[in-house]
Amino acid sequence: MSASGKTVRRSPGTVLLNAPYMLWAGLFIIIPLFLVLYYALIDGDGNFTLDNLKELGNYTDVIFRSFWYSIIATVICLVVAYPFVYVVCKFGPTSKKLTNMFVTLPMWINLLIKTYCLTTLMDNNGLINQFMAFLGFGRLPLLNNTGAVIFGMVYNYLPYMILPIFNVMSRMDNSLMEAAEDLGCSPMQRLRRVVLPLSMPGVISGIIMVFIPSVSTFYISSKMGGTENSMIGDLIERQIRVQNDLSVAAAISLLLMVVILVSMFVLNRFSDDNEGGSMLV
Amino acid sequence: MKNENIIELKDITVSFDGEVILDRLNLSIQDGAFVTFLGRSGCGKTTTLRIIAGFLQPDEGDVFFDGQRINDVPPYRRNVNTIFQRYALFPHLNVFENVAFGLRVKNAPKEEVTEKVKEMLKLVNLEGYEKRKVTNLSGGQQQRVAIARALINRPSVLLLDEPLSALDAKLRKDMQVELRRIQRETGITFIFVTHDQEEALSMSDVIVVMNDGKIQQIGSPVDIYNEPKNAFVADFIGESNIIDGIMNRDDTVTFAGHTFTCVDEGFAYNEPVDVVIRPEDVDVVPVSDGMITGEITQATFKGDYYELIVEVKGFKWMVQTTDAYEEGQVIGIALDPDSIHVMHKSEYSGLYGDYSSFSDEMDAPAEEEKE
Repeated sequence: MSASGKTVRRSPGTVLLNAPYMLWAGLFIIIPLFLVLYYALIDGDGNFTLDNLKELGNYTDVIFRSFWYSIIATVICLVVAYPFVYVVCKFGPTSKKLTNMFVTLPMWINLLIKTYCLTTLMDNNGLINQFMAFLGFGRLPLLNNTGAVIFGMVYNYLPYMILPIFNVMSRMDNSLMEAAEDLGCSPMQRLRRVVLPLSMPGVISGIIMVFIPSVSTFYISSKMGGTENSMIGDLIERQIRVQNDLSVAAAISLLLMVVILVSMFVLNRFSDDNEGGSMLV
Repeated sequence: MKNENIIELKDITVSFDGEVILDRLNLSIQDGAFVTFLGRSGCGKTTTLRIIAGFLQPDEGDVFFDGQRINDVPPYRRNVNTIFQRYALFPHLNVFENVAFGLRVKNAPKEEVTEKVKEMLKLVNLEGYEKRKVTNLSGGQQQRVAIARALINRPSVLLLDEPLSALDAKLRKDMQVELRRIQRETGITFIFVTHDQEEALSMSDVIVVMNDGKIQQIGSPVDIYNEPKNAFVADFIGESNIIDGIMNRDDTVTFAGHTFTCVDEGFAYNEPVDVVIRPEDVDVVPVSDGMITGEITQATFKGDYYELIVEVKGFKWMVQTTDAYEEGQVIGIALDPDSIHVMHKSEYSGLYGDYSSFSDEMDAPAEEEKE
């Protein structure tokens, strides 16, 4: 948190270098955001209305479900990732690098493809169930339920929880660990008093990076959850493609954005005291 | 009966990847002393410190604390605290909480914490800094927070791993005085690691000179300076001319083509020896009065004295004098019996002591391999 924007002199060169991205951001980020706002607040004839926002009341179950599933998926990712990273950080540099690679590897494959592969694996006639049947256990209802959706989200987003925590924890100064031990901390006390607070920026980043794509996901829930488990993302997709109602879709998107912004703001409060963490917002 | 030695190391051997770092090291440290481990980087001094702290297990040998073997006691159960080279203050805690850390871990009552932290901050002259972030402190202030944090648990022994190396020269001098004062006030045994011989000389009760994983000499600063045991110690502590000589008999030694009277006894007849002459002990006299003569090859003004490099029979001496001389001048050299220090030959004989160059780096490649 050193030099702020104020101190940077804006030479014509700087402006020129910035121009392509500014143009890009304006065209594809800023203007669409205003379009969302615009469509959310007009009716089919182009008049101002709040009816679209009132429509949201019809979908409280979907909205609530989205948040609930995303919270569960985020918590599971955190519970799985944190101890994993904690242990990996005690490895030697080579094993550390290798583990890091295996965590990053799935991120190179498109989410849709991964999800699609999962469904074929977990299908009633999928590889897993064929194997189960072969062993004589009978087929398991692996797909089209809540568990499947949450599993799909955890499966896809776990690396996004591991990496920021790993980034922070692997850079932790080992002499701080020794200092804690030197001052009387047992390994558990050291975790609680030093490692946990110092890794908070990574945890917060991880939570944001898992929760936000989870809450706005659409493919995973519709592919793996069947009809009963649709989420906000599916709802928006349905409004546009099936109902052809751009205004309600925009209203739902608006709500989603507001909620995400608020939760990020709240999360960032938690790590305000920590400097030098990798923060997204 | 209370053991007088707070720390005892017996036959400690440590090696990393087949390289011997400590070689059957034996050392006893007296309770309440200010002890300095002095040596170059890689000599094993920090390794020894880490063994006492418990961060490192010796491959062989035993560590005793107040007579008890503590090899298997983890660091957090040892009554020893450490000040780390780069302080290792907790960045997520303010000054107060950093200092309070040791007490918090023990779940000490609130009033006790407040009172003791205040007392510690007073000891290190940081009253009023409680609420500051440690990341916003200067190097010297961080250093003092580290001292307060380490001392709040009242350890029997405080280990200091080159704690002053990150400070600028003047601050370092202040902190030397400060550390000495704190050590006297608290009566805690300090074990101080440094590569700076001046620091070691000015602070310690006892200096342990180390090289190649072995202790070269243990003694008071005065002993180590005046009576170095071998060429390594003589060269490492202060400047020394180390000259090959023959000990003719008690109190008589021949070197540089002259037979001198000295005050060393107990050598074999005609034993080859190393003779140490400190540059400030050399008297520069007119050629006619000199015991030996030499030609000045280099004269450098150092402020309060002149440093001369004088070639005597192919050997370059360093001489410090308050009078001005010029390069190319031939001078006479006279030596008091007191200023001649005779040492037995050692593995370091011949490696040090000639002033053709000042650093090892500029010496012959053969010596590079020693490092």
